[in-house]
Amino acid sequence: MTSTSGSVLASALQLAWVLLAGPLALGLMRKVRSRLEGRAGASVLQPLRDLAKLSRKQRTRPTDSTWVFGAAPVVLVASALVASAFSPLVTLSSLLATRVDFVAILFVLLLGSVALLLGALDTGTAFAGMGASRAAMVGAMVEPALLVAILAMSLGVGTSNLSRLVGVGVTTSALAGPARILALVSFFIAILAETGRLPVDNPATHLELTMIHEAMVLEYAGPDLALITLGESLRLVLLLGLFANLALPWGVASGTGTLGLFLGLLAVSLKVAAVAVAVSVFEVTTAKIRLFRIPELLAGAFLLGVLSVISAVALR
Amino acid sequence: MTDVLVAFIATASSAAIAGALLPRRVRVLVSAVLLIAASVCAIALAGHVVSSGSDVAWSHSTLLPLGGLVLRLTPLGALFVILSGLVGAAASLYWIGYSHHSLNARSAATSFSLFILGLLAVPMAGNVTTFLFAWELMALSSLALVAHDHARRREAVAAARWYAVMTQGGAVAITFSLIGLAAHANSTSFARIAASAATLTPGAASSFFLLALIGFASKSGAVPLHVWLPRAHAEAPGPVSALMSGAMVNLGVYGIILVGRVLLHGGEEWWWLVVSAIGAVTAIVGALYAATSKDVKRLLAYSTSDNMGLVLMALGASGLTLASGHATLASLALVTALVLVVNHSLFKSTLFFAAGSVHAATASRNMDELGGLARTMPVTSLAFLAGTLAVSAIPPLNGFAGEWLLFQSLLHSLASHGVAATITVTLAVAAVALTGGLTIIAFVKAYGITFLGRGRSDAALEARETSPTMRVAASLTALACVVTGVVPYAVIGVVNRALDAGANAPVAGWVTMRLNPLTGAVTPLYLSAALAGGIVLVASWRALAARRSGFASVATLEPWGSGRHNQTSRMQYTATSFGEPIMRVFDDVLRPDHDVDVSHVVESRYYLERISYRSANEDIVERALYRPATRALDWWARHTRGIANGSVHRYLAYGLVALVIILVVLQ
Amino acid sequence: MTFRIAVDALKRRSRDTETLAAPAEMAPAASSLHGSLQIRHVDAGSCNGCELELSSAFSPVYDVERYGVRLVASPRHADALVVTGPVTHNLREPLLKTLAAMPEPRLVISLGDCAHDCGEFRGAYGVAGSVDETVEVDAHIPGCPPRPSEIVSVLRTFTGQ
Repeated sequence: MTSTSGSVLASALQLAWVLLAGPLALGLMRKVRSRLEGRAGASVLQPLRDLAKLSRKQRTRPTDSTWVFGAAPVVLVASALVASAFSPLVTLSSLLATRVDFVAILFVLLLGSVALLLGALDTGTAFAGMGASRAAMVGAMVEPALLVAILAMSLGVGTSNLSRLVGVGVTTSALAGPARILALVSFFIAILAETGRLPVDNPATHLELTMIHEAMVLEYAGPDLALITLGESLRLVLLLGLFANLALPWGVASGTGTLGLFLGLLAVSLKVAAVAVAVSVFEVTTAKIRLFRIPELLAGAFLLGVLSVISAVALR
Repeated sequence: MTDVLVAFIATASSAAIAGALLPRRVRVLVSAVLLIAASVCAIALAGHVVSSGSDVAWSHSTLLPLGGLVLRLTPLGALFVILSGLVGAAASLYWIGYSHHSLNARSAATSFSLFILGLLAVPMAGNVTTFLFAWELMALSSLALVAHDHARRREAVAAARWYAVMTQGGAVAITFSLIGLAAHANSTSFARIAASAATLTPGAASSFFLLALIGFASKSGAVPLHVWLPRAHAEAPGPVSALMSGAMVNLGVYGIILVGRVLLHGGEEWWWLVVSAIGAVTAIVGALYAATSKDVKRLLAYSTSDNMGLVLMALGASGLTLASGHATLASLALVTALVLVVNHSLFKSTLFFAAGSVHAATASRNMDELGGLARTMPVTSLAFLAGTLAVSAIPPLNGFAGEWLLFQSLLHSLASHGVAATITVTLAVAAVALTGGLTIIAFVKAYGITFLGRGRSDAALEARETSPTMRVAASLTALACVVTGVVPYAVIGVVNRALDAGANAPVAGWVTMRLNPLTGAVTPLYLSAALAGGIVLVASWRALAARRSGFASVATLEPWGSGRHNQTSRMQYTATSFGEPIMRVFDDVLRPDHDVDVSHVVESRYYLERISYRSANEDIVERALYRPATRALDWWARHTRGIANGSVHRYLAYGLVALVIILVVLQ
Repeated sequence: MTFRIAVDALKRRSRDTETLAAPAEMAPAASSLHGSLQIRHVDAGSCNGCELELSSAFSPVYDVERYGVRLVASPRHADALVVTGPVTHNLREPLLKTLAAMPEPRLVISLGDCAHDCGEFRGAYGVAGSVDETVEVDAHIPGCPPRPSEIVSVLRTFTGQ
């Protein structure tokens, strides 16, 4: 049973979920990391405290910046919210579920990435330029991997509609094929790079010269910084959520019934938490790779995607 | 409707005459107004043809030899006329302001008018003679415009020389192909050629197609025949590069569709495999060089190559699927190709207008010397930003619809195909994906380095916004990018009609673009609305947070540079440094030349006096293919010089020997 | 192997990972910090003794991060500037620039005796004065160098955790 009002409700629920789950996932990942390093670590709620504090600080802008600098964080968060509202996270029947596909979600997220790159270049500083240049390089290598992975997954289903891609996994054995598995591996590597996790980028670094994402946002303060932190955490849970739902589609609600939504919420929270913990464990046990080895990693992900396309066609 | 056609010819020709005769003060204004009128006539005519679906024809048998002047506007041609008309009108408007800087000489005004006339006439041509005449009109007038600055800039001369050789070489190939087809049909009329194409031997058809492909693909900047394009587009004056990139390269695509699909009815599968492969290579090479170049117009030119590569891929996919009997997929891919063409025209003319304004305001195209123009040239900057997002295929701009359709065409073509096609389409997907990423690097760089940050030179710091008509022209095309991005059916609907798809249209829907009968849907309208809503919501949250925090104003602080004593604009990243990582990643393909010169102070080698760094990133195709070829030609010319020593007797003897040989062979 | 390390670490429940009771007294600025304190550290000319202890405070043994304190890379992200050492002539300007680069509200915490009165280095040719003489200081952590536990307890009065 999917009425428009039900879909609106479902999308609102997904928005609320990502807004809460984003910071919490960040906190959880930091917590796991601390524990693995033998520390107690900050509370899982710490990112929420950080955001509350940042939102009450002063906004700043560098001397020669334009409106682009201030617009970038807003666009980053807005694009992540739009993408989350229309993706099958809690339910397959969110608003516009039949009219928004994987490619559209990808390019909406891209709007946020480009906004952040331009915001960085607008500061006119060396660090931000360096960060933007590196992030653009990583982004340019991630996009092909993502696009090919999406294509490979879509091939088996005959459409790139996300709800269908997730939904088909619940009912059929489409999951088990080599095509989907290869595509998911490629997708996962791309997510790690896109969200700036190790081994591509170290989110906890303090050394400017080793930064990618962080270097771009060195100029942002107060509410702008809060938005950027929030936006990046939204992208993280959205992509992890999509990955989790594509890899383990069980539990996602198919309609907008109350029980289904509740179970879907529970399922996606557990799945994302599990993936986040796994990513965190992986991060602690791996070292950041050199900047110019990153393309090799992503080219590997890209080739896995191409391989997946070929196997999808060959095994048809 | 033939009255409108005649009115179009009359206004366009009088624009050329006005350009040649009127005094400098009014010359450009009168020509431009007449050109806008001519474009409007052409668009009205083409609009009528597209909406009614019936051809409009006009002929004059004594104006040209071999079949006379025949103009026949078909729905497909009309689509290209509309495009040329839109870009032509905008460029004419832009030209009014631009002529304060340059491009106001008698020759320039005439060539400019003839160029637009040619652009509009090529897709109107109804027979081979008219087509070739219009084609040459377009080629020669644009050549004159590229060479416009020849007295002051050596680069313009070099660019014109490359352009002349490549475009005339291409024209020769096209001429051979079309004349061959006309000879077979025993008529120069396209309709008759199409009717008799079925009786061509496969070998003849293939060779005619390949010849036409060489000529037309070179016009569209396909690798390896693209080398003229980055030079000519970069050196041409602002409105001319917009016309070349926004309208002229389209006609190469039109030519391929005309010969391959209309005259030869689709032909064989391998033709389109070739087209796809050329497209894939073109897209990657174009995107790579766009991502690594530091000249903003050269970057745009390479990006044109890249986009035309995508179009060729879609065309190839269309031909492939048609040859293997999937009519639905074929028409989807053809619609995709044409939507890509339309989008490209709109955003690339915007970008070239804005880049032309930057060049007019700062006298520089080198991004390493620009920066911070968003503050001094806000309108131009905004137009360029719209173009940037559009070319990067980001919603809610128009590039997104094209990219989405391309993805869907490739996805669905892959789902139903043989081995050869599968490999090609898979590689095409890889190419599309790769170029998407590289395009973002190129255009984040183009916008970010040119318009954001701090000015890197006095020229950039002192730049002022250019004349109103230039701003209006750029804003209009930018606005078109936004509108067709939010409602892509505005373009798709016209394309559907131009292809006469009717009820079987492969994509339809004002609000939601839906594939038909394949599955796939996306709604740019709702997505744009949601994005706008999200932005408003988040911005108001921030405003609210700022009010609650008690800090009403945004503090303007010196950029953070680790407490460094004095930070100058030279410490910013430049276009060269921005593109450096990608240059390194693709080092094996691009093989750039680096040169670092370090000189030490005399007293101690531990102290540096000066470091100079030079990097050159010359086109690999040019280095690997054209340089050896020109060297071989040089060698050949040097060694054969001996037989032409100036003696008339000798030449007569050569003639005699040649005649004898011909007679012997003919016996 | 990796998995074993991970499981062992997650199971560990030692004295080090226990959270101590919240501090009795709170700094006046704590109310606007919401339990989160981001620090930018400037070494204005220290002998590096204070740096060793400061980094100790973030080590697994003392782990001040569990109370909501984090070191950040940019003064724009920071709430507090922690300054060590006497202020040397060379670092006077960078110190002022760093402070100016921070958004309001901002705190300055001086760390170690040198920051307070230049200690051993008072009157040295390279020294411009103490931190107190250079900028307005909100809190001081005494000691030469201060013990990590003292650093932790002062920082906790800001986060309130």
